[in-house]
Amino acid sequence: MSWHRLAAIARKEVIQIRRDRRSLIIVVLMPVMLMLLFGYGVSLDLKHTPTCVFDREGSQQSQDLLKRFQASEYFDVVARMDNYPALVEAIDSGQCKLGLVIPHDFSRRLATGGTVGVQALVDATDDNTANLIFSYTEAVIGAFSADVRLDWLRRLGRGGMQVPLTVEARVWFNEELESKAFIVPGVMVIVMAVIGAFLTSLTIAREWERGTMEQLVSTPVTPLEVMLGKLGPYFVIGLFDTALCAAVGIGWFQVPFRGHLSTLFVSSALFLVVTLGLGYFISVITKNQLAASQAALVATFLPAFMLSGFLFAIEQMPAPIRAITHVVPARYFVSLLKDVFLKGSPLPELTDQLWPLAVFALIMGTLATLSFKKRLT
Amino acid sequence: MNRNARSVVVEGLVKRFGDFTAVDHISLETWPGEIFGFLGPNGAGKSTTIRMLCGLLRPTAGRATVAGFDVARRPEAVRQNIGYMSQKFSLYNDLRAIENLRLFAGLYSVPSEVVSERIQWALEMAGLTGRESALTATLSGGWKQRLALGCAVLHRPPILFLDEPTSGVDPISRRQFWDLIHQMASEGVTVFVTTHYMDEAEYCNRLALIYRGRIVALGTPTELKQRSMKGELLLVEAEPLGPALEALQTAPGVLDAAVFGNALHLVVAGAAAAIPAVRRYLSERNINVARLEPIRPTLEDIFVSLTTRHEDGDKEQSQP
Repeated sequence: MSWHRLAAIARKEVIQIRRDRRSLIIVVLMPVMLMLLFGYGVSLDLKHTPTCVFDREGSQQSQDLLKRFQASEYFDVVARMDNYPALVEAIDSGQCKLGLVIPHDFSRRLATGGTVGVQALVDATDDNTANLIFSYTEAVIGAFSADVRLDWLRRLGRGGMQVPLTVEARVWFNEELESKAFIVPGVMVIVMAVIGAFLTSLTIAREWERGTMEQLVSTPVTPLEVMLGKLGPYFVIGLFDTALCAAVGIGWFQVPFRGHLSTLFVSSALFLVVTLGLGYFISVITKNQLAASQAALVATFLPAFMLSGFLFAIEQMPAPIRAITHVVPARYFVSLLKDVFLKGSPLPELTDQLWPLAVFALIMGTLATLSFKKRLT
Repeated sequence: MNRNARSVVVEGLVKRFGDFTAVDHISLETWPGEIFGFLGPNGAGKSTTIRMLCGLLRPTAGRATVAGFDVARRPEAVRQNIGYMSQKFSLYNDLRAIENLRLFAGLYSVPSEVVSERIQWALEMAGLTGRESALTATLSGGWKQRLALGCAVLHRPPILFLDEPTSGVDPISRRQFWDLIHQMASEGVTVFVTTHYMDEAEYCNRLALIYRGRIVALGTPTELKQRSMKGELLLVEAEPLGPALEALQTAPGVLDAAVFGNALHLVVAGAAAAIPAVRRYLSERNINVARLEPIRPTLEDIFVSLTTRHEDGDKEQSQP
């Protein structure tokens, strides 16, 4: 292996990237745009659910219950109806996602210690959201109900009585329960996948298409030198984009970063080796820029998006799909990044995710090295 | 390199692509300082041969050594000793001229203490001094060609393979390019060059005529002209030309007659006896003879003569 030749290839590759506006846009603008797009556009949180109420009683107590909904940040009472069809109409038209109906004998039945049913109509066009609305509704009503019961017992002369069990929920690692906190690591995975595989998938294919490969292979340069010289600049770009994404995430979106920067870079470097190797391999095999870029997107971008646990929780996937995620390198990287960002895990605690990535890196590196032959066909 | 050692040795080289035989048992050898021309029409197997000699294609059968190294077994050693210019321009268009030179200096591991001197020399040779920072894409054909040659010889290879180096280049640039080739050959470099320009073939020290993958003749241009004609060549300018050709094709003592420009070329057994006979034959048929004289055959004559003979041979062979 000659450093002379390796450096010559790397230098040439850097010049070509610098002169190619498309590459520059992908390198610098794409990470920032993806960050902003996902940071602002994708929110998996449920807050301020528009709520309509049909209070058939209009008593002090029914108002108390509604105030609790009003006070919660999860609900916004947007309208009060005075008949049932109007409430149904509001849900149908999309004015609200939750309709609450308080019965006409609400306070009377509470006063006698009976059970009252409050009707909740939920727009379940999106089942995930509907589930969340239901559980939040149950939580608000449950709290109200417990207070009413305590009150009732007290009036019966059993002061000092406590509700036997309460749940004191404490959320760790993502205290605000904000989806931004795990969207940022997710976007980083996508950026790495695109930089690593998409950009590199063009490099070898371009040389075949433009005919420059014939001159290149007529020189004494070895396949290993070609590969390292070509991938080196993209590796540096990949790490630069890691830093860029982390900076936007931490600085702009205020995502907590509890880990160590070195952990972030070591794991990013490992994931980059996987995607760079894959992109190079695809490029060598297809010898055609269009085919190579398509294949690279299908092989990296889509799995990183759908199967990495970034947008869809892996635990909730059907078993066969869940099995497939085990061969998606992005899956391990997403989980790694979440741990580094939110838990602050140091490297030794991340071996479960690191070793599969290392195996992928080894496989892809070997495939890439062996695939390129200095012969015309 | 030892001037007395053969620089390229080819023995029974064959390349098949599926059922198609692109190169069919060719053998040749070249010596240092020699300009060896590979002449033939498109698709004759010239590029395929050169690519095998550069280690870019694996021969189906036969053997070839370049600079003493077997092209199939030691392609890397071969590549260190050759410069190659492919038929299609294949430098990086998005690099500046000087960046292309630096790249190939690096790829050929030119020692760092002589890099700038060699690059300067290549720029001068290509006539690019002062334009070194022009993007390669913006250079005209002749400059591109000379830049490609410059890139191929930065490491001072003893053997140079040029695959149709002057195709698509204007006549003046072609002339300049051949001057460079002669200069390198005079310094002891073996130049192996393919072309389909007959006039360029005349510049070569030795020639191989290749047709349908086979070498149909090999020798110096003069040897080829003497050896390959079945007789002597006469030039006839006659009026009217058409009836003259018709008449001469069946005339006694005329082996072959063909139109060449606005005249006829006749192949006859002996010029001295044929000239008065032809003159008499034509005047008997009321055809006016303006000029009738023996001429030296050009390579084009040779090529036409050899390939038609070959095609006739093929036809005879294929007949049941």
